[in-house]
Amino acid sequence: MFYREAGQFKTNHKADQAIFPIFQDRVGLSMIVAVAFLVPMFGSDFFLNSIMIPFLIFSLAAIGLNILTGYCGQLSLGTGAFMGVGAYSCYKLVTIFPEVNILIHILLSGFFAAAVGCVFGLPSLRIKGLYLAITTLAAQFFLEWCFIRIRWLYNYNDSGAIEVPNSTLFGIGISGSQATPTARYYAVLAIVVLLTWIASNVIRGRIGRSWMMIRDMDIAAELMGIKPLNAKLSAFAMSSYYCGVAGALMVFMWLGAAEVESFNIDVSFQVLFMVIIGGLGSLIGCFMGAAFIWALPIIIRAFPGFIGLEIGAATVEHIASVVIGALIIAFLILEPHGFARLWQITKEKLRTWPFPYS
Amino acid sequence: MELLNEIFIEPFVLMADIPDLFVQTIWEGFVSGILYALIALGFVLIFKASGVFNFAQGIMVVFAALALVSLSQFMPAWIALILTIGIMALLAIGIERAVLRPLVGQDDAILLMATIGLTLFLQGVGETVFGGEPKAMVTEELGLPTGSTDWSPFEGWRVTLQHIDVAAVVIATLMVIGLAIFFSKTRIGRALRAVADDHTAALSVGISLNQIWAIVWFAAGIVALVTGIMWGARSDVSFALEVIALKALAVLILGGFTSIPGAIVGGLIIGIGEKVFEVYWGGIFGGGVEAWFAYVLALIFLLFRPQGLFGEKIIERV
Repeated sequence: MFYREAGQFKTNHKADQAIFPIFQDRVGLSMIVAVAFLVPMFGSDFFLNSIMIPFLIFSLAAIGLNILTGYCGQLSLGTGAFMGVGAYSCYKLVTIFPEVNILIHILLSGFFAAAVGCVFGLPSLRIKGLYLAITTLAAQFFLEWCFIRIRWLYNYNDSGAIEVPNSTLFGIGISGSQATPTARYYAVLAIVVLLTWIASNVIRGRIGRSWMMIRDMDIAAELMGIKPLNAKLSAFAMSSYYCGVAGALMVFMWLGAAEVESFNIDVSFQVLFMVIIGGLGSLIGCFMGAAFIWALPIIIRAFPGFIGLEIGAATVEHIASVVIGALIIAFLILEPHGFARLWQITKEKLRTWPFPYS
Repeated sequence: MELLNEIFIEPFVLMADIPDLFVQTIWEGFVSGILYALIALGFVLIFKASGVFNFAQGIMVVFAALALVSLSQFMPAWIALILTIGIMALLAIGIERAVLRPLVGQDDAILLMATIGLTLFLQGVGETVFGGEPKAMVTEELGLPTGSTDWSPFEGWRVTLQHIDVAAVVIATLMVIGLAIFFSKTRIGRALRAVADDHTAALSVGISLNQIWAIVWFAAGIVALVTGIMWGARSDVSFALEVIALKALAVLILGGFTSIPGAIVGGLIIGIGEKVFEVYWGGIFGGGVEAWFAYVLALIFLLFRPQGLFGEKIIERV
């Protein structure tokens, strides 16, 4: 009834090719963004700190992986390590240039991750499919080892951890112990919105199309003049850039301090789950997948206390693992194309609602 | 100059100087290589028959070993062993029914994710039922030898052989021979090979895919159990084993996903290579190179031979 494009005529090419050609989509999106900016007014610090901020950060990482896996078709299990590269390079940048603003450092640190991503993306020119997925494990374990053994990366301190200094923007603390969750939330939100907007435009453009051609059939794409080197490496670079920024945000805006364990293979799997559950090749799916995978364990852990059961913390953790594993399998069976597909079906239904046969 | 010397000369001088250390290193690498090969074998069995890249093989090793250890607290070890085999059979049937059958024909990535989900599930179940703390393997109750002998073929040599390692090598060899006979001589084995060759053709001559998949997962479960016993006897049974199982993935790409000889040769190359590299070259990198050596070796290798050691040549068509 409300979600219908009838009567919305486009009079020029620009309007026709707009990213949201349908009026209702624009309204819906601006409402979502408005709500996102209003969340700190209603949410408690706990809600911001342990749900909203990590949700946004993981969404960004999921967008990064989705660029590589969903749009370019290269399965990667090294996301955690690329996030780590972003985090450690941001830390080094902050130590070397302490006077530059932290947000600039975070955005710059992604470039280091992109460079590393390109190096580990090179094998993708010869290796395909599941074989490539396993070779990205080489990136994961090698980089993890680097984060431990190269003491320069964490300024030779004894703990081996990186810690976040305080920093401000326009006089308001946005990272470190003095920053309020609200300030950090806005910083993360601004970066995520900006990068999502850039990603959605890159994907619609020439580069994004070349990725999708490579994904759909690489040899055919090559015959039609797409250079696999450029397409695959640009996907690796952009994907790693996003993961790197997400990693830097994770340490500087959320955790406050991090060790190697924050970037281990479990993180890679977690992000991959978000992408698959959200839907391969869909940006909105990244957000939905991240929300689902991030919120699910929190809800499951809170559940026994909610209904008044007394279970030890360790047992809850194990049962949460069982339930998450089972739910993921169930979800893959019921809707292998993820939330993005569900969202699409809902939109189709909405168009004809309430008279589906008219 | 210094560095070149450290890389190209000193390790070899050391090898020639203390030859028994070198033999010892090779032996240790050989044994862990056998165990990598066993884990990889489980992967290959499942991948050949169902095209599923079974990430849960590592956790199946831990699960089988934990079940065996926990059951043998209540009963003689051999009854526990039989019961564990029963558990693995039930697990195989359950996985085939609940996971594989509904996901037939899905994308590789989705099947991979399903097995990662299965990993989480089994890990949670294992920790809830058996407890997460490391346990000692019931080596003696199972009749496996313990202790060690010193072997000195030449004057002044001393190579220590753990009896359990020798047993591991013997049992692994027997199991591979057994599997080879099973595949080539029995009716089910031939059906398995037919399915691996071509699903649709196998279906059309009346082979039940579902049955074959359950059998193959059961065979992988048995391989996992043997691996779990062997590995558990060398160190404790704990969930840390799973990380070691991840290394079998590097073995897989080295040997090719579909080749059983590839899994064995790949396992030995990775096992020996990694030990030798750690002992002789690890110092230059500051130690701990075992964590990534297998993957990087496999990665470099794949650049030159993308189909693995024994994989069939990949022919691509549009």
